[in-house]
Parts: sequence; C-alpha cells; structure tokens
Amino acid sequence: MFAGEHRAVHLTTYPWVENVKLLDRYTNRKPANGTLYLTATHLIYVDASAEVRKETWILHHHIASVEKLPLTTSGCPLLIRCKNFRVAHLVIGHERDCHEVYTSLLKLSQPVKPEELYAFSYNPKMPKDSREIGWKLIDLKVDYQRMGIPNDFWEITDANKDYEVCNTYPPEVVVPKAANKATVLGSAKFRSRGRIPVLSYLYKENNAAICRCSQPLSGFSARCLEDEQMLQAIRQANPGSPFMYVVDTRPKLNAMANRAAGKGYENEDNYDNIHFKFIGIENIHVMRSSLQKLLEVCETKSPSMSDFLTGLENSGWLRHIKAVMDAGVFLAKAVKEEKASVLVHCSDGWDRTAQVCSLASLLLDPFYRTFKGLMVLIEKEWIVMGHKFSHRCGHLDGDLKEVSPVFTQFTECVWQLMQQFPCAFEFNERFLLEIHDHVYSCQFGNFLGSCYREREALKIFEKTHSLWPFLLQKKQEFRNPLYKGFTVYKELKPNTLPFSFQFWCGMYNRFDKGMHPKQCVLDHLLNCMSQKMKLEDNATDLENKLPFLDNPLPNEVCSLSKIVNASVESSKTPMLNTPQDYEREPPALLTNGAIVEEVDIIPDQDQKNKENFANHHDLPDLNSTMEVIESDAKKEKPQHQ
Amino acid sequence: MEECLNIASSIEALSTLDSVTLMYPFFYRPMFEVVEDGWHSFLPEREFELLSSVTNEWRLSYVNKEFSVCPSYPPAVTVPKSIDDEALRRVATFRHGGRFPVLSYYHKKNGMVMMRSSQPLTGTNGRRCKEDSALINATLRAGKRGYIIDTRSLNVAQQARAKGGGFEQEVQYPQWRRIHKSVERYNILQESLIKLVEACNDQSHNMDRWLSKLEASNWLTHVKEILTAACLAGQCIDREGASVLVHGTEGTDSTLQITSLAQIILDPRCRTIRGFEALVEREWLQAGHPFRLRCAQSAYSNSKQKWESPVFFLFLDCVWQILRQFPCSFEFNEHFLIMLFEHAYASQFGTFLGNNESERCKLKLSQKTMSLWSWVNQPEELRKFKNPLFEANSLVIWPSVAPQSLQLWEGVFLRWNRSSKFLDEAYEEMNNIIEYNKELQAKVNALRRQLAELETDDGMQENS
Repeated sequence: MFAGEHRAVHLTTYPWVENVKLLDRYTNRKPANGTLYLTATHLIYVDASAEVRKETWILHHHIASVEKLPLTTSGCPLLIRCKNFRVAHLVIGHERDCHEVYTSLLKLSQPVKPEELYAFSYNPKMPKDSREIGWKLIDLKVDYQRMGIPNDFWEITDANKDYEVCNTYPPEVVVPKAANKATVLGSAKFRSRGRIPVLSYLYKENNAAICRCSQPLSGFSARCLEDEQMLQAIRQANPGSPFMYVVDTRPKLNAMANRAAGKGYENEDNYDNIHFKFIGIENIHVMRSSLQKLLEVCETKSPSMSDFLTGLENSGWLRHIKAVMDAGVFLAKAVKEEKASVLVHCSDGWDRTAQVCSLASLLLDPFYRTFKGLMVLIEKEWIVMGHKFSHRCGHLDGDLKEVSPVFTQFTECVWQLMQQFPCAFEFNERFLLEIHDHVYSCQFGNFLGSCYREREALKIFEKTHSLWPFLLQKKQEFRNPLYKGFTVYKELKPNTLPFSFQFWCGMYNRFDKGMHPKQCVLDHLLNCMSQKMKLEDNATDLENKLPFLDNPLPNEVCSLSKIVNASVESSKTPMLNTPQDYEREPPALLTNGAIVEEVDIIPDQDQKNKENFANHHDLPDLNSTMEVIESDAKKEKPQHQ
Repeated sequence: MEECLNIASSIEALSTLDSVTLMYPFFYRPMFEVVEDGWHSFLPEREFELLSSVTNEWRLSYVNKEFSVCPSYPPAVTVPKSIDDEALRRVATFRHGGRFPVLSYYHKKNGMVMMRSSQPLTGTNGRRCKEDSALINATLRAGKRGYIIDTRSLNVAQQARAKGGGFEQEVQYPQWRRIHKSVERYNILQESLIKLVEACNDQSHNMDRWLSKLEASNWLTHVKEILTAACLAGQCIDREGASVLVHGTEGTDSTLQITSLAQIILDPRCRTIRGFEALVEREWLQAGHPFRLRCAQSAYSNSKQKWESPVFFLFLDCVWQILRQFPCSFEFNEHFLIMLFEHAYASQFGTFLGNNESERCKLKLSQKTMSLWSWVNQPEELRKFKNPLFEANSLVIWPSVAPQSLQLWEGVFLRWNRSSKFLDEAYEEMNNIIEYNKELQAKVNALRRQLAELETDDGMQENS
C-alpha cells in the first residue's frame, strides 16, 4: 500500500479520512489534497493532487502537540507540532472526522506505559544474533582503553555493580586508583543522588582529566573528608599540574540558592588546590521556554527581518548555545593549555554537565568527530551516565516541566562547530538530524528510560534494536565529503564571538523546504563521491582490457592512474572506513584499533535489510536529488509580501 | 607624536583626493600584457546585436551622442523602433534628469521587456507628455497591460510632486498598473552600513548586544526589501507575461538594483562571468550610477558625505544571497563579488571612476587608464573566480526572501574580524573533489578511445 512500507501496519483497523488538505505554512502554493491514515505507529498523509504519489509520514512519538483551530470555510484545521520541529497544518472536511483524528492522535502520541513505545514493536526482520551484535557495537571499555585506561592513576571499578553507590550511574565507572572503596562510598553520601566524581575524558598527552559529578551536599558549611580525598585523588592523578579546576556550570545565584536546601557548591578553603569557577548556563526550565520562543519566531508567517532578529534575540536561544559552547571551550583550554584537570558539575550532573563534558571531548579529540566517535560520545556521556532522555524528550505522558531541549542544544553546538570547521567532521548535518530524530522516535531502544538501570529493567537489550548499526548502514548518505581525515585537525579552537553563531535553519525550519538553499552543495558533493567510485572502477576495468600500452598516455593521465589504483584498493575496505581516501594517507588507526573493529559487524544483513531501512524519513533520495532541485527551481514561487 | 600626526594628515589627504586625475588609475602601469582591452569588451553595439537576433522591435538611438539630451546616459541607448529621436528629446524633458525610458532587459522566453527611467515630471498640476505614454505603450502587446514599479512608497512619490517630480497617473497611463515597492535610499543605507560595520567590529561576547545591533543596522532589512522588489519585477515579466517599467526618483540607484537583480533571476547569461560583467557595465556603469559620489569612503569616514551610499554594495550582497541559495547556478564564486566590491571603492583601474559615461569620456579614461575587465578576464585571474559547482542552468531562479534564508555576508563583513582559514580549506577541498572527478572522467574517456582504436585496429588486421 505504501511505497516505503516495511512494518506490519494493520490499516484496516485504523481510520482513514479523505479530502484532507495539507497546508504549506511557508509558501503560497496551493495546498495539497489527499488522504490521511492513522496506523499503530504513524500518521500518514498521501497527497493525491501531486503528479507523483507523495507521502508524508509522521511518527506518533514525534508529535508534541495537537491543536484544533477554529473552523474555517474550507474545513476544520488541525495543527500538529512535532518534536523534530515539523509543523503540519491539516484541514479536514468534516468536524466529526477532525475530532476523531484529534482524539486518536492525543492518545497515540502520549503513551503511558513504556511497553507501548515503538521500540518494543519495531521489527526490522533481522536475525536475532545480528540484533545482539548490534548492541555490542559500542563498547565503552574500548574507548577507555584508547585513553590508556586502566593505567597507573585510573581504574575501571565495578563498585556500582548493584547500584549501591548511585542508581543513575552504570555498574562500571572510572575513578582514580588512589580513591579506595571507602572514599567512593563516603563521597557518594556527600554528592546529590550519589553521583560521585568519575572520569569523563582523559587527555592522554598530558594526563589532564575531565571528571563529572553532581553538586555537593555542602549547604552553608558541611564538609566531607572522603569527598575532599576524592578530589585530591583526581588532582594527583595529573602530576603535571599543581591545581585542578572545579567548574559549576550553573549561574552563581542558582548555586547559592541551592545551599539553603543543603546542596550547593565546593568551598575552595576545604579542598586542596582547587580553582573554583562558575559558568552560567541556565537550567532546563529557562531552556525549555527559550526554545518555545524560538519556535514561535520560526513559525511566524512572513515576518519582517526586524521581527525575526528581534525574536531571535528575545528567545535567548543563541545566547544559551553560546554559553554551552563557551563552557566547552573553557574545559578544553584548561586541559590542553593549562594542563589542569577539571571536575564539572551542575545540580544533578546529567544535563549541563553532559553537554559541557561531551562538547569538551569533541573539541579535544578528533575521534569523537567520526561516526563511531560521536556514537561513543553520546553513549558515554549521555546514555550511560543517566541523562534522562525519557523525561527530557517527553517519551511518555508525564510532567511537562521535565521536558527540556538539553540534547538538542548539544546537537546544535556540534552543528555550529561544523559550520566553523567544515573539514573536521566525518559526518554531515543529516547525521545529526537523524540522531536527533531518533532520540525522540523511540524506534530504537538506546534512548528509552532515564538511566542504565531503567534500561536494564526494560530489557531493551533483549527486546529492542540499537540505533547505531542502523546509522552505520546509511553511512554513505551521512558522510561529509569534505572530511579531511583523522589526523589533520587535532583540537578545535572555535571562535565564540557572537557573530560566529548562526541560526540553524536546517533544524528549526527543517521542514520548510522553501527556506533552504534550492541547490544543495552536500548532495552535489555526495554525488561526486559516488561518481568517483564508478569512474575509478571504469578506469581499472579499461586498463585491464588494454593488454599493452604501446603509446604512452599523456603525462598527467599516467600520474593519475597511480593515485586511482591506490585509492581503489582502499575503497574496497569493507564499510568504507576511509572517507578521505584520495591522495591522502589512510586514517590513523587508534592504538586499540577502535575504528577497525566496527568493520564487519553487519556486512551480510547490509544487503538483505536495505529495503527494510529505507524510507523512514524525508531525506531526499540521492539519485533523484538533481531532478528534484531542477523541478523545485521551476516550481518555487518567489516569496515576498 | 608630531610625526604620527603628520602621517595621519597625509593619509587623510591622500585618501580623500579632490581631483580624479590624481588618483591611482592615472599612474598605474599594468604588469601584465593586455590581451583584450576591457574598454571595448562590452560596447552597447555588441549588446544590441544580441538583441537583434531575437527581435526587431527595437533600435539603437544615438540621440544622446553629445550627452546633451541626458547627461547621465551613455551615447547609445535602446528604444522602441517606432519612437523617433525627436520624440525621445521631448520625453527627456518630461523625465527627471532627462532619463527617458530605455530598454533594460528583453525576456526571450515570452518577449516581455523591462525598461527603466527616472520619475516623470508631472508636478502638482499634473503635467503630461503624449510622447512619454506613446514610448512606453509601444512596448505593450495589443490588449495587454504593463506594470510600473515605483521604488518609492506612494507617500514619497506624492510628495515628489511638490518638487516638480511625480508619478504616472492612471488616467494618462490606462494600460499600466502602478505598484509602489519601497526601497530605502541614500544616507539611510549609508547609516545602515556604518552601524553594521560597527556591530561586526564589536569584540564583546554579549550575544543579545550583537543580535540587537545587527537588527538595528537594518542592513538585512534592506537586502530583503531589494530582493523582494526584484522578485516582483521578475514575476511580472515571467509569470504575468507583462512588460515592466521600473523607476524611483532619479533612476540611478534603487532602480538599477531592481533591474539588475531581476536579470540575475531571469537570465542565465547574467549568471556567467562574462554576462555578469556585461550586466555591471550595462546596468550600472553605462546606466549612470554615480560611482564617484556613492563609493567615495565606504563605512569609515570622518566627514559626513552627503552622497555616499552603498547602493552597488547592497546589489552585490543581494547577488551573494542568491548565489548562496543557488550555489550551482553561477559561473563565478564569492571571491568575484568581493573583488568587484573592492574595486568599486578603490582600484588601480579606471572602470569605476566618474559618475557616468559623459564624465568618463571627458577624463579620457579609456586612453589614460586600464580597464578592470582587461585584468580580470585574463585566464589565470579568471581561474580564481570560477565556481567549481557551476552547471549551466537555464531556469529562472527564485530566491527565498524569508529572514531565515538571508544571512550576513560573512566573507565581506567578518573578513577582518575572524580567520577564514578553515572555510578556505573547505573551499579548496571542494574544488579538489570536483577537479579530481573531471580528471578521472577525462582519463576514462581517453582509455575508452584507446580501446576503441585498438579494437578497430584488430578488426582491420583480421579483415586483411
């Protein structure tokens, strides 16, 4: 029935409505007319007025709100806002139909029990063992090994194996060797929710470390010997520096207010050689309302330039993005240039702390700018360390005050860096958008629940699929053709003056295609890359067919062929580990071979499940992109007034 | 200290020379061999030849040969065939500065045209001119209406009557619909530029301050306004199938922004390097945009220059916005636009000197100075300005003018405020990828040819 059908959708048991209009909120184009279907998982709109059948799929989990607008002459309007910032404006002929759709969507978009989430029914028809292997794709131990851990100063401990220390931490964490069990347990009693200082990233070159925790339960004067020992152990694990930073990512006022509740921040006098510093990143509530304001600006119909810029300013969104970026830059600088270790916390240490630590790692270590690296980073700093995806993304019907775009902000920071360093990332913008989509989609188990313990209880490893292998299969469309490889850029030092931050149209106005450049450089270059492979194959074929070359080819052709042969070999590596494969040395492998490892995890299912994975979303089909552009250019009306 | 002040005053004096003939272009001796003299690259006759190949409804008039009919027009202008020079003289007296309606662009696709002029001198008592309406009506198809796009608001246009200016009244021009699409002009644009540059130079880390300064500068508002008006003109021609007359007050500033941008949108030729140069020559230099007055000091100047205004700069910014939205449709790249921006303000070449053709003639620029085009059009210079992504696109390209689609032109405004190392590297990389593919393709073709030759050789041997 549907071109991209790959799920067992029981259409017959669900209603469909005909004569539904889909308004394009940006262009003045005539609205599409078509049929609306509701399935167990998706809302599907099939445009009947278009020459080519056009389907719009909206996952119920992506729906943030459904709103019935006042009746108009053309029908009953329904406004659907999605968590990935799509806004679908439907007009349904009959009031009764509209109400039915409305109530169904309300129910479908707000599951109450975790078992109702898509991930538990999603079945890509994949053999059981490849599903299991998929979950093993990311192994954090390998990443610690890459940092040289365990070593003389750091060890991986299973002190938390029964969640005795902290129920939102994973069973295994990295702590200083010098911190014994008593120190760990003592410190846990002095840290909010037992979230003790643990290692986030070790900068191997100078032993400076980034550690993370929650706020201390210091109140106005309380202190804790074990906690002080813990910090000392962290500082001493970096013999090169006489001091360490303790960074509280909250605004000072907020941190001070917390003291009244018996929480607070570290007193510099109680700890040996710490430099304490506030970095004012606002809390989840401020961020939520900031995004709200930003989206209002994005949704405004035909705003003036002044409306838009004033709205952008008033939303405060870019100010917050800059604050997160500034914090990340501060951390990276402390580690790289001052060779000092840093301990980071906010209140609970699972929102701002996750943002800042992961951003600093990304700035310091080129590995995190690869496909595999970003997955590891998200797994390590967000999923495993207990960022409450379930609450922040509103996966289940629950407290709206817990919802906040914390991960979205991290995603945007990565994007802002990609704008400043277009050759430093192995992946492109679409990879970020895809991850962002799936954080909300609940199609894969990775982001369900709010911490490791909960995910274990939900049996996600047994019952659901992991997102990561699925993404790796689509590597070709997510790669950045301009990526220069692993070794070219080491740490990134972004410019953080305000003008370096851009409004991310591709995220917040992603579905308003009329606003985007009509010709896409990325598509053009991706086409070049695939063309290159074909041409290289052609060239080798032809060369093999030519038995002898009596008359030498022109000079430049000869020299070229050498390069071609070299890169043909490298491009035969499975899973294409060498996106930067021409005229350059192969990428430096990590000491532990982390990159190589991913290679043959899913080779055989690659072919079989290709169609299963296709058509989840609105990414343009690469082959048809050029035609789309042309016809778009033709159809697109100028948008003025 | 005294030395420093001396140097400062010398720089001040040298950078604000009163006499044009003391400027660099008159002393510049080119270090390259001139293959093609740019002064003769874009003659009106050549342009007219191109036009004659598609229509015979127009003629080249030399009524302004001595610059006596209109001092800011070139000696040769294109007008409807049916209108004789005598009529043109009369129309000239009815239009501000003698700028009677002339052809700006012919849309091959449907034969519609865009003309430009200055405001009609109707004054308060509604003066009229038969020849004027006859001239513009001559461009209309039977039974068809045309559009007059006035770049002033209705209010401003009405006020202009008190000073002898005015606009076309419906009664006298029943076949025309007037649309007022206001575009800012003169010192308002200059102030906008000064504010924007100041904002970009602000090293403060305050995001709100930056955004509010960016907003207050209004620069992007102007960009949006101009693009919107250009889209409107383009739409009238391409969508409505109607002819268009564009004017403001003098017809030397906002008028030219609109007519030239509309051509970028409509005409693929204007998106090539050669075609864009021809456009700048035709619609800006020969059309009499007063470069000397408008581009004297740019954003930094001690004295308030009454006539200073970044009109041409805004045009280039708008072109950059379209280029950003259609990165594969232009033969030139951003560097080309930046180069033009620089030379419009300060140059060793004579091209942008003077306010119009008449002044350029008097200064004998074509004998005494070198043309910018002579230098730019050398193959090794051109290479820097070529867009690797270019694939000729014969379509009309409609830019989006939503605020989300328009950006600060970083390449110009942030050029001295941040390093562009990583962006340059990305550009280089993109170039490499595309070049490499081209080479590969050439190699495959060569191999194919060789194989084919071998096979025919074999065949011949077998046959013999």
